[in-house]
Amino acid sequence: MPVEIDVTTVYIEDRPYPMDPEQNLLHQCLSAGFNLPYFCWHPALGSVGACRQCAVKQFKDEHDKHGRIVMACMTPASDGTRISIKDSEAAAFRAGIIEGMMLNHPHDCPVCDEGGECHLQDMTVMTGHDYRRYRFEKRTFRNQYLGPFLNHEMNRCIQCYRCVRFYREYAGGADFNSFALRNLVYFGRDKDGVLENEFAGNLVEVCPTGVFTDATLKRHYTRKWDLEFSPSICTQCSLGCNISIGKRYDTLRRVVNRYNGEVNGYFLCDRGRFGYEFVNSERRIRQSRLRTEAIGPDAAKRHLRDLVASNPGVIGIGSPRASLESNFALRALVGPDRFYAGIPSSELELLRLMLDILRSGPAGTPSLREVESSDAVLVLGEDVMNVAPRMALSLRQSVRQQPIEIAKRLHVALWQDHGVREVLQDAKGPFFIATSSATRLDDIATECCRGAPDDVARVGYAIARALHSSSPEPQDLADNQRAFVESVTNAFKMAKRPLVISGASYRNIGIIRAAANVSRVLPGATLSFITPECNSFGLAFLTGTSLEAAIKAKPTAAIVIENDLYRRLPAPEVDSFFSQCAHVVVLDHLENRTTTRAELVLSTATFAEADGTLVNNECRAQRFFGVFPPSETIRQSWQWLGEWENLDRVIADMSGGVPGLSGIAQAAPSAAFRMSGAKVPREPHRWSGRTAVLANITVDEPKPPVDLNSPLSFSMEGNPDQPPAALIPFFWSPGWNSAQATNKFQEEIAGPLRGGDPGVRLIEAGQGEGIPMASRAAESDEDARLSAPNRDRQGADAFNGALFASVPSAFQPRENEWLIIPLFHIFGSDELSRAAPAVAQLFPDPYLALNADDAAKFGAEASVMGRNLPVRVTPGLPQGVAGLPSGLPPLEGIMLPAWSGISRI
Amino acid sequence: MTFSPALEEKFARILTIYPPGRQRSAVVPMLLYAQDEIGHVSQEVIDEIAHRVGIAPMQVDEVIGYYSMLHRKPLGKYHVQVCTNICCLLVGGQSLLEHASKTLGIGNKQVTADGLFSLEEVECMGACSWAPAIQVNYDFHHKVTPERLDRLIEDIRKAQGTKQVS
Ligand code: SF4
Ligand code: SF4
Ligand code: FES
Ligand code: FES
Repeated sequence: MPVEIDVTTVYIEDRPYPMDPEQNLLHQCLSAGFNLPYFCWHPALGSVGACRQCAVKQFKDEHDKHGRIVMACMTPASDGTRISIKDSEAAAFRAGIIEGMMLNHPHDCPVCDEGGECHLQDMTVMTGHDYRRYRFEKRTFRNQYLGPFLNHEMNRCIQCYRCVRFYREYAGGADFNSFALRNLVYFGRDKDGVLENEFAGNLVEVCPTGVFTDATLKRHYTRKWDLEFSPSICTQCSLGCNISIGKRYDTLRRVVNRYNGEVNGYFLCDRGRFGYEFVNSERRIRQSRLRTEAIGPDAAKRHLRDLVASNPGVIGIGSPRASLESNFALRALVGPDRFYAGIPSSELELLRLMLDILRSGPAGTPSLREVESSDAVLVLGEDVMNVAPRMALSLRQSVRQQPIEIAKRLHVALWQDHGVREVLQDAKGPFFIATSSATRLDDIATECCRGAPDDVARVGYAIARALHSSSPEPQDLADNQRAFVESVTNAFKMAKRPLVISGASYRNIGIIRAAANVSRVLPGATLSFITPECNSFGLAFLTGTSLEAAIKAKPTAAIVIENDLYRRLPAPEVDSFFSQCAHVVVLDHLENRTTTRAELVLSTATFAEADGTLVNNECRAQRFFGVFPPSETIRQSWQWLGEWENLDRVIADMSGGVPGLSGIAQAAPSAAFRMSGAKVPREPHRWSGRTAVLANITVDEPKPPVDLNSPLSFSMEGNPDQPPAALIPFFWSPGWNSAQATNKFQEEIAGPLRGGDPGVRLIEAGQGEGIPMASRAAESDEDARLSAPNRDRQGADAFNGALFASVPSAFQPRENEWLIIPLFHIFGSDELSRAAPAVAQLFPDPYLALNADDAAKFGAEASVMGRNLPVRVTPGLPQGVAGLPSGLPPLEGIMLPAWSGISRI
Repeated sequence: MTFSPALEEKFARILTIYPPGRQRSAVVPMLLYAQDEIGHVSQEVIDEIAHRVGIAPMQVDEVIGYYSMLHRKPLGKYHVQVCTNICCLLVGGQSLLEHASKTLGIGNKQVTADGLFSLEEVECMGACSWAPAIQVNYDFHHKVTPERLDRLIEDIRKAQGTKQVS
């Protein structure tokens, strides 16, 4: 339902503009397309009026010729307001402010990493300050080592305070601050050291100058205008944050945020921003090979075709980190019956169940923007920060939703950041976490409840029961569980937009069912599932048969795409599979244990060289486009596997042939799309060296490579206008060279991109095309007999789901065994970012997590599952439960949770 | 870390006067009390105060950085603060500072070798009506001339030589 907003009229240079009275003038002037300089205001952080850069002249009425200077960011856009941006006094004021900032700012644009995409440069030019009168010494600072991601160059600081507001207040970091006063204000840590916050990388874009710059870019530096960009999607977790990837020559140089109002907004996590370097890794497979011999692409493809022809029983093993198109191409090649998911059944079953739950509703699944505006949250069994990092940042904002009502009652405008924070103080809205160990969001939690995964599920069931009598009742809850259930229930009953978050991390079906029950008995609730990988849901759309089934099929030939099976199942099982399979073909881009088992290895594209579609955790299908031109030797999986002429042909076949995927063509315009007859250029129009780059080889200017798969060109030529949102390679607008150019692409500041945020949702609550429940393996489960609730609360009519009936029994610790659960690490658990040197510096060493009592029993080292590991005391682990880091070699193939003894060394 | 009984008593009292959960409001007085007793705010003191009011040491550090009256390095026993802000400047604050520097043989923010004096150029102390003004520890001295400054320093030196000044 469209919400009606009050519209007021504000006069700018005596012309009327409709504006939103709930906003400030700076926000509204920018939304209306005016150029008004600013520093301390940030669309996601609000106004503090600190920098005095956004000055305008305000007039009492049309007769007032005098006016007075006000800060636009601190002035509401109330009805009848009359302002002038052009007024000569206001303009002189703004230029004067810049001059003041420049007194201490070094003159190092030519050697500054920020040069060419610097907000300070842009604003300086915008104000017209162009002559330096100050001839004295500038203050200088000592810079700090802040870890592998960020450079620190404090002399460039203009004291806008954005960094500290983002880091401490928005992202919840504790190890960064502002120190001292006057012109000595210093922004940094109290001593050198790695910044602890998982979102520190956003300072690259938050800081309007070059104080914080990308340290990974610095190692292969290129100016923004010399990068070639593509709109892409982060592949390092299930959230599908939109990214803009930049390359020059043969290397991927960096990743920056690509605004999507519904998904990542203005921010990324550090894994997503800095994990890209695997693309440049030495472990890249750049040439196909047959056994140990390198072979050309045509021979490789011929060999693959022959192999498929001579082995009618050949199977295909797909991957949750490969695109829909690549998985579909494999499925089409081997036939749907012989296409397997490439993930264990313990994971696949859960994914299919989640899709079923989302399809039947009534709870919808929220975008990250909706997560952010939830006013009561329950997390069941997920360490959100380490599994789906960007969602944790949204949750940090969600706890402000209820307290913000206080500010509203006091008539404090919500953009008044400082005012709102003064009102809120430490107040936090209801946020509850039930997990098996401490998480990185516990600091904002109202209450946490720790228990083994089954107990987490029971707590979830108990909440559903407390909310509605049709949900089954878990027996014999402990007192602390009861208290937790009561708090959650009370909070949820009061909430307007409650949210339940759950996922597959503990591979526990009970947790997912319990989360579904809670969401189903709670009117207005949304339900968010976190999936393990970037295309987990996409894969689950394509098949219901697991990796174990593939092994059981004992095929004579198998084709594996973009999947290291040694990370999926224990090594002996994978080994025996490969030994009995006469012909193994592997398509991948990094060498791994699976590629060593292949007879034929096909050098395959990474996300940076590929085009395709990924389905994120909210079932949003999003298209990504490669930034490298097609290469002779490296091809995309779907290109190796089929004969499609371009990506659109694959999409057409897939959307016609796979239930649930009919909408995916809408994720982005097709390759035929043109703007006034021209393609969208990947290169900024100032891209340099077009004729010089190859001058050592030829002085003729070669024709730009052809891109058959997208409406983007590998060139600076094309239509310079704003492309549709899904095709924006980079944000740039005349006079706006920095990331702040995003302003110019939005319908309204911080709102949707023009024409709507990219991506199509494949499931809207209760409307999915649905794979019938009966097709699932879980059919035999007693949950097939679902009980239908009598809804006595409002919204009952809309309710057509059912409730899960089987409550797991309480966890029983065993005598000499522990339930080993997986523990996740933002840096370390993900497969691909492991090959990125900067991220790799932050990996933990493998360890065994024990609670304090157990740790005291075993000492510094213990033996588990045949390995000696250092013991790490991990708060919150219940009695009888231990943990191992997930995905961290050499532990990656171990399927967790599992029971195991632990012994003293 | 433990402090003297007198200081502990002050801390205990100050921590009770703020509403529950607002103990961090006590940071500034605690720092001042500790500095009065110890002479400066050491890292140990920072850590301890942070611990007692339940915030990160860095947040205490931030307060110290902001208030120029709080010092992280040891000062002289007598901390001579000369104002050079506008009113004092107009009537000789700057030359007073230079004079003090010569008399004491130390520059801004330095301490004499015997640890008796330290010197600091400060901003307005609110004593503009009696400019130029200086402050020695907590004592104000008004309409100070170079001669009066010398006498003041001389007196302190003498007193120091004959008896222990506490
Ligand atoms: S470091 Fe950057 S973001 Fe922080 S205050 Fe300085 S200019 Fe602003
Ligand atoms: S939250 Fe996930 S999708 Fe977003 S940037 Fe981080 S790893 Fe990538
Ligand atoms: S942007 Fe308005 S004062 Fe800084
Ligand atoms: S100017 Fe020196 S005390 Fe005010």
